[in-house]
Amino acid sequence: MKRSVFYDFTKGFIEENPTFRLVIGMCPTLAVTTSVVNGFWMGLSVIFVLVFANVFVSLLRKVTPDEIRLPVFVILIATPVVIVELVMKAYLPAMYEILGIFVPLIVVNCIIIARAEAFAFKQPVLNSLADGLGIGAGYTLNLILISGIREFLGTGQITIGSFRFPATPFFEPAAVMLTPPGGFICLGLLMAILNVLLARRERKTKAQAV
Amino acid sequence: MTERLVVSPSPHWKTDKTVPALMLDVVIALMPAVIASIVFFGWKALAIILTSVSSAVISEAIYEKAVKRDITIKDYSAVITGILLAMNMPPGVPLWMPAIGSAFAIVIAKQLFGGLGCNFVNPALAGRAFLMAAWPLHMTRDWLAPGFFGGVDAGASPTPLAVLKGESSGVLPGLWDMLLGNRAGCLGETSIIAILIGGIYLIWKEVIDPRIPLGFIGTVFVLTWVFGKPGAFFQGNAVYHVLSGGLFLGAFFMATDYVTSPVTARGRLLMGIGCGAITVLIRLWGGYPEGVSYSILLMNLVTPLIDRVVVPRYYGWKHEARKEKAL
Repeated sequence: MKRSVFYDFTKGFIEENPTFRLVIGMCPTLAVTTSVVNGFWMGLSVIFVLVFANVFVSLLRKVTPDEIRLPVFVILIATPVVIVELVMKAYLPAMYEILGIFVPLIVVNCIIIARAEAFAFKQPVLNSLADGLGIGAGYTLNLILISGIREFLGTGQITIGSFRFPATPFFEPAAVMLTPPGGFICLGLLMAILNVLLARRERKTKAQAV
Repeated sequence: MTERLVVSPSPHWKTDKTVPALMLDVVIALMPAVIASIVFFGWKALAIILTSVSSAVISEAIYEKAVKRDITIKDYSAVITGILLAMNMPPGVPLWMPAIGSAFAIVIAKQLFGGLGCNFVNPALAGRAFLMAAWPLHMTRDWLAPGFFGGVDAGASPTPLAVLKGESSGVLPGLWDMLLGNRAGCLGETSIIAILIGGIYLIWKEVIDPRIPLGFIGTVFVLTWVFGKPGAFFQGNAVYHVLSGGLFLGAFFMATDYVTSPVTARGRLLMGIGCGAITVLIRLWGGYPEGVSYSILLMNLVTPLIDRVVVPRYYGWKHEARKEKAL
């Protein structure tokens, strides 16, 4: 059966959502999600690296010997990471300062190595491209969602450049949301909510099937 | 005839101790401390306690309704969580703080882990730790000077422990005031006598095991006596250390929580000693003036490990671990 390219793109949002379903790439998810802007740029970097790595792993899958596939993956992943790092350093130095070590660490982000190993190494180029875009976009949305909640509760407002919403916080911000415990609480609750919704949907489809 | 024969596993021991009855005993035992807090901190104390309790009960009801579980607000456990959290708040905090703290304690620390009997840490202390991390300024600055029946607003007043640690300047209240509760501090921790009345009631009714509070307080006494004074041994102001902070409240009402304390006698003694040691560690060398709540939370986490170490030996059996070694 030929896999549908469209399905490979959309599955990254819910079914194989990297953060909440596959539970991979958690380190940057917890570390950089203290503001929406950070989450957005981190997500964008991951999309670029993921698509680049997936496409090249898939292109080279027939000529890559099984024994040395991991070193090959690492080289194929490290290349776009260096590109992202240098571009960010040149054009977004302030963002590079904030994301710091987490940009070079994309090399060892398990989302990328997992998609290379589990998907791109076995699938055609077009599907791998769709998979990279979908998983990356899902990841970016997760980061924006988590960082949005944390920034809003932790600072009382969401700041994007000079735009602030709401202009003045209408409640006393809870500093805990910006700290690691706040990140874990936020992540755990979102994961619980998604699991409840998916379980409910599954029960419904089962009931219809019977 | 056969229907009348009830077959059940041992022990065949009938007891009239039910969850609501035990919990009601704890509520009764907390009353002296509640009354003392209202006497010393006035209507503000009453408002904080009422907010905290109603928030705990309402959030328990809403959560259980939402996930279609049996509604257990009648077993008083949410009431206790609410009262204990209120007892742990400085009297000057804004009222939305106990409300949020209680909701966090009930929903996140208790219900999400399965409700009563399944929480791995004391919910009230988890709520306090959350408030401490979320709004640290309110939790460490909103002290009020005590006064009889609401003559309270003397402005911020440092707690004896903060003075003892040299973080704030102020006059240390006398020992008699410390016993009675006439000092700055969290709502329910100030009056040692009121807490003792409740604690002795609980021990008399066999609701709590005296090993935990005695081990806890005894350890704090010994360690602060030995190490309390920097640069000299055996000269610490142990009596003062024992009477200040939330030690009595924590030792009698929070470290003894059934769900989060060990089940064996030796285990409970270990729990008390561990709590005391961590408390002294934080008080003397840590970043905070007070360490009771964090010490109990930490010991809650190792309670399953303690239970594993102190498994009593069955008659005629060898310890599993020793048997393995012998082989």
